[in-house]
Amino acid sequence: MTTLTETTLSPRAPLWTRLPVVHQLRQSVGLQRGMLVAGLVITGVFILTAIFAPLLAPYGYSQLRDDSGSFGAQQTPGGSHLLGTTVGGYDVLSRVIWGSQTAITVMVIAVVLSIFAGVALGLVSGYFGGWLDRVLVVICDAVYAFPALLLAIVMGIVISGGRSGLWGGIFAAAISITVVFIPQYFRVIRAETVRIKAEAYVESARVLGASNGRIMFRHVLRNATRTLPLIFTLNASEALLTLAGLGFIGFGIEPSSAAEWGYDLNKSLSDVSSGIWWTSLFPGLAIVLVVLGITLVGESLNDLADPRLRSRRAPGKTAATSVVPGGTLNAGPGGIDGLEASSPASDQHSNDDPFEAK
Amino acid sequence: MRSLPDVVRIDNLNVTFATDGGAVTAVDGVSLRVAPGEILAIVGESGSGKTVTAKTILGLLPDTAIAHGAVILSSKDGSNSNDVLAVSKQKLRQLRGADVSMVFQEPSTALNPVYTVGWQIAEGIRAHGEFSRKEARAKAIEILGRVGIPDPESRVDYYPHQFSGGQKQRVVIAMALVLDPGLIVADEPTTALDVTVQAEILDLLRRCRDEFGSAIVLITHNMGVVADLADRVVVMYEGKIVEEAPAQELFSNPQHDYTKRLLGSVPHVGQGTTRATARLEAREAHWAAAKPVVVADNLKIQYPGRLGKPGFTAVDGVSFTIRPGEVLGLVGESGSGKTTIGRAMGGLTRVTGGSLTVLGHEMNGFKERAFKKVRSDIGFVFQDPASSFNPLLTIAECVAEPLVVHGRAANPRAARRRVNELLEAVQLPRAFGDRYPHELSGGQRQRASLARGLALEPSLLIADEPTSALDVSVQSKVLELFAELQKEFGFAALFISHDLAVVDILADRIAVLYQGKLVEEGTGAEVLGAPKDAYTQRLLASLPVPDPVAQALRRDELRILRAAG
Repeated sequence: MTTLTETTLSPRAPLWTRLPVVHQLRQSVGLQRGMLVAGLVITGVFILTAIFAPLLAPYGYSQLRDDSGSFGAQQTPGGSHLLGTTVGGYDVLSRVIWGSQTAITVMVIAVVLSIFAGVALGLVSGYFGGWLDRVLVVICDAVYAFPALLLAIVMGIVISGGRSGLWGGIFAAAISITVVFIPQYFRVIRAETVRIKAEAYVESARVLGASNGRIMFRHVLRNATRTLPLIFTLNASEALLTLAGLGFIGFGIEPSSAAEWGYDLNKSLSDVSSGIWWTSLFPGLAIVLVVLGITLVGESLNDLADPRLRSRRAPGKTAATSVVPGGTLNAGPGGIDGLEASSPASDQHSNDDPFEAK
Repeated sequence: MRSLPDVVRIDNLNVTFATDGGAVTAVDGVSLRVAPGEILAIVGESGSGKTVTAKTILGLLPDTAIAHGAVILSSKDGSNSNDVLAVSKQKLRQLRGADVSMVFQEPSTALNPVYTVGWQIAEGIRAHGEFSRKEARAKAIEILGRVGIPDPESRVDYYPHQFSGGQKQRVVIAMALVLDPGLIVADEPTTALDVTVQAEILDLLRRCRDEFGSAIVLITHNMGVVADLADRVVVMYEGKIVEEAPAQELFSNPQHDYTKRLLGSVPHVGQGTTRATARLEAREAHWAAAKPVVVADNLKIQYPGRLGKPGFTAVDGVSFTIRPGEVLGLVGESGSGKTTIGRAMGGLTRVTGGSLTVLGHEMNGFKERAFKKVRSDIGFVFQDPASSFNPLLTIAECVAEPLVVHGRAANPRAARRRVNELLEAVQLPRAFGDRYPHELSGGQRQRASLARGLALEPSLLIADEPTSALDVSVQSKVLELFAELQKEFGFAALFISHDLAVVDILADRIAVLYQGKLVEEGTGAEVLGAPKDAYTQRLLASLPVPDPVAQALRRDELRILRAAG
């Protein structure tokens, strides 16, 4: 009997097509696919640039001179300096390429720190409720009400005394961003947990006498994390903006310890009025492109996750085995009978079930 | 009358949906017509295309649907007719409300909560012609009175939440009637309502036809409702019409196999009485003296109210017992407290007064730690098969969960042998264990749910409306399985349902709840055969039977009963 039924099990899709982004890419059509692909390409270029920065950049981020002598300040693009040099005498192209490395480090640290803290707090708060939940929600609301950049400045001063070297600066930026982001993860996971807590399968686990830990991790957490990739991408772009903002107002990383786009933009302020466009254009463009790319990915994932927003291919030829809407393997209108007795109208399910074998 | 054209004529309608899995045909070559003043019922199970067909008449299909064919809609006086599929959106708006209108399933979501009902009715009137605010209001008051809302002059300014469910549905019907359309499409108009309210709404729909002369397209899966109301019946199956006949003919002499099966699986009161007596006779002599599994004594359950307000008493002084191996059917309408009692027995809701003893454990003021051991002796089957399984676990993992939690198996894989046995006990193939819940139909999921409930061989099973979300033929299979398993495993059970006929099939004894109080308790023959309480009598009389002739008689009985009570 089992050998007979096993043949009817449809093979599952291969693993790689079920991975988060790949799955959405295959699912998307038309403009939505265009947006997603554009976002993925920009993000991909950004990540590759960050990884291969030492190979791609013609000079070091803090290099002021080479064998032929000092670069000179504010050189026009061309020659040995493809994008010119800054007022401080750095090579713009090299600074832009190295800057991607700083940006990605801050994003990763900020998102990783906030995702763990936020998810854990949200899960506990949503699942147990009570006074702990109320206190945490109030704290998170208070953090929300704070301007993110102001908070980041305060954190930057607390952590590193304002300006610092590479890791000090990166962590100052990352932790300050973390503080701002935890409430977002907290809110989303808490809301999902509260919703899932009322689902019948959680109640069923409670009736069985499963421990709170088991219910939280086996039943609630895995179902609550669906929206995370979306916030993840949106937060990553926000992290970059906060980092650039910190650098721009002078709480960033010293040019001698790392390249940072916001800092370069700050230093190029005076150049703009004197017609030197290349020092501000390229770091600014880098910020805009990366934020755009990541946001495109995030927004596309959001649209694709919602069946009401997702566009579909126009119906062409109907699939040979038309099923009725309302579920893939729904019983035919014969109900279980339709599945089990081999009624002619639903023969594709006829040997699903050995009921009629009795 | 004879000269008037059909109010709607559907010719060879095909509707295709674009889905993630490719195009799917929902309606396949359907042709039907509705004469003026006729009530046509479209029956079929979920996914048979009945709702899609009806929505096409109003041009309410979503953007992902593509329809072919013709839907010719004529106005009531027969002066003009239009093809709904071909007209412009603007013309469609004119047709809706004036020529055809709709009554929705869920009255509480069909009304906008922030406007008064009078405003909402007037909005429809003013969208179709020049009416002053005063005229529209007068019309709204008139129509509310005609659908049986008492004191319409003041009720017209009420908000939807100030009406009961049945009254809300009356308001929705008033909205549909106000422009005097030739056709009303009613999509499961009574599914969300209690049986006693359902009977009133069915009366009202009949009056819509008799007094307003509207034709009605009634979409339903309830054969009792069809028998009560319909002149002619269309049976749909996989998007096609398989049978079309006048109501009496269809019920007395069904032609198509599917129709026969559908009618055969409709539960009706009186089915289970003989079986219950047989079970009673088979019991051992000292059974009645055995220690009961569950004893409720003056049980009270109160939900806490908001600050400064008294709580809501869901269960008020209920006493009953369940003896070993006995099935107690708990019947009541929504809000009667039947689910609360089931949840209290499973330790999901706290008991606030009286005493509830489950398997020797007092539930009033229970501690989770002390109760955990008892839990392995209690099985629970939930109402909604769609949400009772963790969507990320396979069926085998879900069924193994109780075994793992209570230490009978180290992990789901070790429990697989036992899981396979259980799946076979509920007549599911072993291979289904590797599927995910969404890959199973509702009936299959509910059987897997039974398997999970029985995994620890409990001596008490609590089934909370296990079949109310299922189609009738699936329901009859699941009930049959439940009875078989009960016989085999011999567990005691609390079977909660709003449907008297369903409870009758399974229960040894039936308890009727009304507003948190137990109004009647006894064997099926006692409660259903000779009900003593007025509420039980009304409940029983309101239940439509799937037989047009018998139902017409019952309708008169109910009218007398209502006039008396």
